[in-house]
Amino acid sequence: MRFAYYPGCTLKTTARNYEDSALASARALGMELLELPRWNCCGTVHALAKDDVMHYLAPIRVLVRVEDMNREGILEGNYRLVTLCAMCYNTLKRANGVVKEDPDRMRKLHDIMEREQPYEGKVEVLHLLELLREMGFEKVAERVERPLRGLRVAPYYGCLLLRPRGFGIDNPDSPRVMEDLIRALGGEVVEFPYRARCCGSYHTVERKDIVAEAAYKILSQAREMGAEIVALACPLCSFNLSERQDEVEREFPGFRKIPVVYFTQLMALAFGLGEDVCGLDQNHVDPRPLLRSKSLI
Amino acid sequence: MAGRVIRISERNGRFSERVKALSGEEIDLCFQCGGCSSACPMTSQMDLLPSKVMRLVQLGEEAVLKSRTPWICSTCFNCAARCPRGIDIANVMEALRQMLLRSKFDHLKLETVGREELREIPPIALISSLRKFTS
Repeated sequence: MRFAYYPGCTLKTTARNYEDSALASARALGMELLELPRWNCCGTVHALAKDDVMHYLAPIRVLVRVEDMNREGILEGNYRLVTLCAMCYNTLKRANGVVKEDPDRMRKLHDIMEREQPYEGKVEVLHLLELLREMGFEKVAERVERPLRGLRVAPYYGCLLLRPRGFGIDNPDSPRVMEDLIRALGGEVVEFPYRARCCGSYHTVERKDIVAEAAYKILSQAREMGAEIVALACPLCSFNLSERQDEVEREFPGFRKIPVVYFTQLMALAFGLGEDVCGLDQNHVDPRPLLRSKSLI
Repeated sequence: MAGRVIRISERNGRFSERVKALSGEEIDLCFQCGGCSSACPMTSQMDLLPSKVMRLVQLGEEAVLKSRTPWICSTCFNCAARCPRGIDIANVMEALRQMLLRSKFDHLKLETVGREELREIPPIALISSLRKFTS
């Protein structure tokens, strides 16, 4: 099955390991993710101000590309757009939701967009995790060659995969999609209360202290609950919970670093796709010693 | 702002209305249960709790624009998920930020961030912080 796929800026730069492992894992499950031609930045955050029109331009242009792919015959009647980055997912999905309900805003956008076809509102924005759930985790389990036996994984959702209500991939109060996936991969799930707590997000640019405090709370709680590794789905959460562990270590004596990986890296590992595809050497807190100790690599 | 007497005038009304229009939220529905403040993960850094910001906006107290709170909000939508009155408080925080940003105010000055840092930070963080904190 072929799907339109939107990578976004960070999957092409600091999160290559997320994209590589995701595309290979999807392929292993019979899904071909076709990168959108000529995509642009989604804007990273949804335009919350009610009178904002301009910041809808970037996400809507992305959605027009999906309709273009169908017009050009690259896809046949498949208007589902698959995302990986939680921020892209949220921004595209919310912009899509707003313009579909607001013909006046759509008309204003069409007045500004000169080189694009008008957006017909046919696109459905999805996260890869939703596609996996739809496929069925028993199907995912069938593909596993090297189960993550004995690996205690804490799934971390952060904010934008779950909130605001109605725009997430799962129930914001008790999500289970990542838990189900990890079980399907043969791993042990460690549920922890801070799995949907904010990592500090964009404060990482000039308020590292805020992020370090958030990361400390989240990661030390995951450890306390028995986790050995954290799995997530957002390249900004990943930076804040991995790279910023250097600050956490400096500010909170006694903190023990913990590896943080993308859920797709665990998938690629369990599917036996090879260490190169997993890109484990790019994770800031090296997960390889732990995985070696469990004979998983 | 604690302990100050707030005199309600037409001017206060205009401020409230502007926040309502920009945020699209029914601010008067807030009955001060404090759910947003207990859900917010950032309160340790704030000078006003989110519920207090809501109250001051209801009263049309413009001094709320001087608060640090909207700039500490990381738009995680935890407050909105908890509000029993269906208010998206994150939208209200955005409206307050926008009121200042639209007067050519920049909360973030990139030149204060070191070059090494800028090389290391993922693009998604830079773009989102510029979207949230600059005019």
